[in-house]
Amino acid sequence: MKLVIAIIQPHKLDDVKKELYQEEVNLITVSEVLGHGRQKGVTEVYRGIKETGNLLRKIRLEIAVNDNFLERTIKAITKGARTGETGDGKIFVLDLSECVRIRTGETGPEAIG
Amino acid sequence: MINAGDTAFVLIASAMVLLMTPGLAFFYGGMVRRKNILGVLMQCFIIMCVLGLQWVLFGYSLSFAPGNAFIGSLDWAGLRGVGLEPYAGYAATIPHQAFMIFQAMFAVITPALIIGAFAERMKFSAFLVFTLLWAFLVYDPITHMVWGNGGLLKSMGVQDFAGGIVVHVNAGIAALVAALYLGKRRHFPQAVAPHNLPFTVLGAGLLWFGWFGFNAGSALAANGIAVNAFVVTNTAGAAAGLTWALIDWLYNGKPTMFGTITGAIAGLAAITPAAGFVGVIPAILIGISVSLIGFFMVAIVKFKFSYDDSLDAFGVHGIGGIIGVLATGLFASKALNPAGVDGLFNGNPKFFLIQLGAVLFTVVYSLAGTFVILKIVDKLMGVRVNEKDEAIGLDLTQHKETAYTVLE
Repeated sequence: MKLVIAIIQPHKLDDVKKELYQEEVNLITVSEVLGHGRQKGVTEVYRGIKETGNLLRKIRLEIAVNDNFLERTIKAITKGARTGETGDGKIFVLDLSECVRIRTGETGPEAIG
Repeated sequence: MINAGDTAFVLIASAMVLLMTPGLAFFYGGMVRRKNILGVLMQCFIIMCVLGLQWVLFGYSLSFAPGNAFIGSLDWAGLRGVGLEPYAGYAATIPHQAFMIFQAMFAVITPALIIGAFAERMKFSAFLVFTLLWAFLVYDPITHMVWGNGGLLKSMGVQDFAGGIVVHVNAGIAALVAALYLGKRRHFPQAVAPHNLPFTVLGAGLLWFGWFGFNAGSALAANGIAVNAFVVTNTAGAAAGLTWALIDWLYNGKPTMFGTITGAIAGLAAITPAAGFVGVIPAILIGISVSLIGFFMVAIVKFKFSYDDSLDAFGVHGIGGIIGVLATGLFASKALNPAGVDGLFNGNPKFFLIQLGAVLFTVVYSLAGTFVILKIVDKLMGVRVNEKDEAIGLDLTQHKETAYTVLE
């Protein structure tokens, strides 16, 4: 089991969601975050940032997947989020040691899907 | 002879009508996504600036100065000859400039209504040019024809107490044309959840309040007709709001806040042309019928024909206006307002036909005029933002600002 965390441009969220649904990855958690990468909040990437101290608005996705879904999840996020400009974001993949579905008490790979 | 009471009343009514435009801004602004609210507020607010100037320089003259049947002359351009003495042709007991500034507020809010149709996707530059051309080529001529002395429709006996034709039918049809011309937003028909319904409710409240200035003020005097307009305005808004809530309850399982205010605004729009000519019972009937038809238009017809009238400028204001103008033709009563006319139900079927003709004429004129203007602006500069800017939102791409911060 893996936990995929992706930081993407806010305006690409819809495209990423569309790509994920096409790959049948339907379980996703989304939050709005601030941050900056290598560009250190360079203004031409995304505007309206002076007020937030050089931090740019980003969207953070968290997706728990079974190993056989990992590749297509990464592919979908990359395809949906890429514009080719600085600030497109990052994808992090973490090993996931356990997953519990609260409603049924199921654990492990069963609980993810 | 200037009457102090009348003058004070019309000035206060003018201020109340002005407040309707920021009210409309919040009404619309709450409905859009959070990335587009400043775009809507800005469009509404800049109209107060642009039309505020256009009106005193040219618009008032083109609308109300003596001219031909279609448009006024430029004799009153820059308010030349429009002074502090009454002009009996329009209002005998208040300074001419009081009438002028009261009318200015109508010229401001009418193009602002159209914003609802192209929300979240129109370029700000194109919007400015469109609005200015629309004021000159559609609003001013229609106003002259309906309200200006010597105007075509006025001479035919058309009655529009406070702007059902001039404001609501006119802007409503322009809205429909604009929605069709600009095309759908990226996600239509998938619903866009309003980002701040309390703003929309606040806006509706301000509109309802301002509407007393709009309708009662249109009596242009602090008299019985103004009181009648005030009473039926409140009554129609109440009947329509309640009706929409009940339809919601039946049709969707719950009465919604959004539906209730939508109904109330539709009712207020519908009573506008009738406010000085009908009593309380017709007002209730008008309120009920506008919500029934408006609900059908907004919830069913819009999706059936797949036009993205984003904030229902046509479905609420246009339909409300049309119903109100026709209802005036049915219910108008000379017993109530001796200066008015009798409608169909008071034995004068001809008046209903005159009102119907006025609606048809305005629909055709506004439709053609708005289409031509959009075509010109589109050729000049393009009317719609590109897909990336639409995704990022108008606040950042058109105004380089955001309404809300994430931290602090």
